Amino acid sequence: MIQSIVRKNAYYDSVTLMLISREMKSIEGVEEVLVGMGTELNLDLVRNLKMFDANLEDVTPNDLFIAAKFNDELVTMEQLVNSFDEQINRKKEASAGDYRPPTLRSAIDHLGGANLVQISIPGQYAAEEAETALKAGLHVMMFSDNVSIKDELRLKQVAVEKGLLMMGPDCGTAIINGVPLCFANVVSKGRIGLVGASGTGTQEITVRIDQLGEGLSQVIGTGGRDLREEIGGLMMIQGIEALLKDPETDVIVLVSKPPHPTVEKKIVDLVKQADKPVVIDFIGGDAASIIAAGATPCVSLEDAARKAVALLRGEKVEDFDGFDAPEEEIEKLVSDAASTLAADQKYLRALYTGGTLADEAIKYLGENYPIYSNIPLTPDRALANLGGLEGHICLDLGEDEFTRGRPHPMIDPLTRTEFFKTHVDGSTAVVLVDVVIGYGSHEDPAGAVAESVNAARERLLAENKDLVVVASVTGTDKDPQDLAQSITTLERAGIIVMPSNAQAVRLVGRIMDKIGA
Amino acid sequence: MSVNELFKQDLKVINMGLESFYEELRSQDVDTIHVDWKPAAGGDKKMASLLGRLKGL
Repeated sequence: MIQSIVRKNAYYDSVTLMLISREMKSIEGVEEVLVGMGTELNLDLVRNLKMFDANLEDVTPNDLFIAAKFNDELVTMEQLVNSFDEQINRKKEASAGDYRPPTLRSAIDHLGGANLVQISIPGQYAAEEAETALKAGLHVMMFSDNVSIKDELRLKQVAVEKGLLMMGPDCGTAIINGVPLCFANVVSKGRIGLVGASGTGTQEITVRIDQLGEGLSQVIGTGGRDLREEIGGLMMIQGIEALLKDPETDVIVLVSKPPHPTVEKKIVDLVKQADKPVVIDFIGGDAASIIAAGATPCVSLEDAARKAVALLRGEKVEDFDGFDAPEEEIEKLVSDAASTLAADQKYLRALYTGGTLADEAIKYLGENYPIYSNIPLTPDRALANLGGLEGHICLDLGEDEFTRGRPHPMIDPLTRTEFFKTHVDGSTAVVLVDVVIGYGSHEDPAGAVAESVNAARERLLAENKDLVVVASVTGTDKDPQDLAQSITTLERAGIIVMPSNAQAVRLVGRIMDKIGA
Repeated sequence: MSVNELFKQDLKVINMGLESFYEELRSQDVDTIHVDWKPAAGGDKKMASLLGRLKGL
């Protein structure tokens, strides 16, 4: 049976609703259920799931709907609606007593002395609210995406004019005055400042700095498009200038995908004048102009962290492209791993939740192996060109194509759990994963990976096969999920845990070389 | 307030959108408030843009 209900003028955020949908799907007798606001995107999803009915014809983006396909001998629509109400009420009770002003302006009046607005409302409404915030003299962190590049430019111009931060749109990570915003880790306070245009890239560098015993003064996000020609690096420049003036910052780290050449020149020119050491990771970009500017280029995200720490301590700065563990130990790990595989197990499955971490893996492994991906190095390596599963695959599961109507895989591991089921088979040799913890992330991503690995191993047992699984955890011992606990969970599931994404990727490269993948 | 002045202050955050971000700030004892945000004009884009223009006057 297919049924739907609509509640007029009831607004809830998308992540809350997607997580509730998921819970409701596990109710006995439910085949499919979607709870959402009546946006075009959500209604398209309902149509695709063939659950659209007359009730939904007049629904607006301000209305909540529940659409379900279920076996009416096992469950009723009324029970489903009750289940929704129970879950939403539980959430409400948790935050009962807080005053929630209806508009940004009333929030500014109410909080008094507010200095930053964090925006994660749907993209089409986000620019207007950000402009209100900036005009009121408040800094902005904008997680929302689907904001036009024209709006982004305008907002950043206003911010620069007023000397404010406009972090984003599509900015996932920042740590301001020690407070992690959106997706960020709890790191020690210290004397390294960072400006990042890539979320998980920033997370990886900050946690490695923390693990090396140093800390961060400020971590400023720019959003992924800041270094495009149209935006001209407005926020990265604003961030660098602030860190140069900041007495708490002694070393500056910049991380981004390779900028547009005109933007790169602006940044490099500014860095040339800097009176503090600057480490730059333009992931996979050209090192020559960085060196010419007197700055330090990097070979990986981890390398950026190590170099920043070395510069801070006045130690020798050199490329780190090896392992923490001694070579004999690594060789043994590689041999042991290779010996567990059958002759026809040849392929890599890298299933990433962090885009920059996936990018780092593809750039390194892609030098020696054809890696098929949704973010391929060259168009001929697009996943669609592979067809089946006979090839090496590395995916960024956080890209839009995998997250329509569901939360990002860092919030909800479901997408990766499904890919484990569909993409790991008897031809798979090595599975490579990231486990990103910290604020914003799922409460136990390591547990979800361990479960998927156990299930995959059980399936392969029928073919008398095993799997090699390599992971790294982007996190610190101060994160709510706890780094040590996450590592233990992974290791108990027979997963090799490396100290960084770069080392995990390198180890996978060595295993692939060994088995002649 | 310039960026460098912000660095010297305690962070006070207004959150609009995902409630989980608000809850996480609260769990860290950050001074924060959550806006009970709803799309303007019931999500009617045309009406919202008219309202936006009015507000700009």
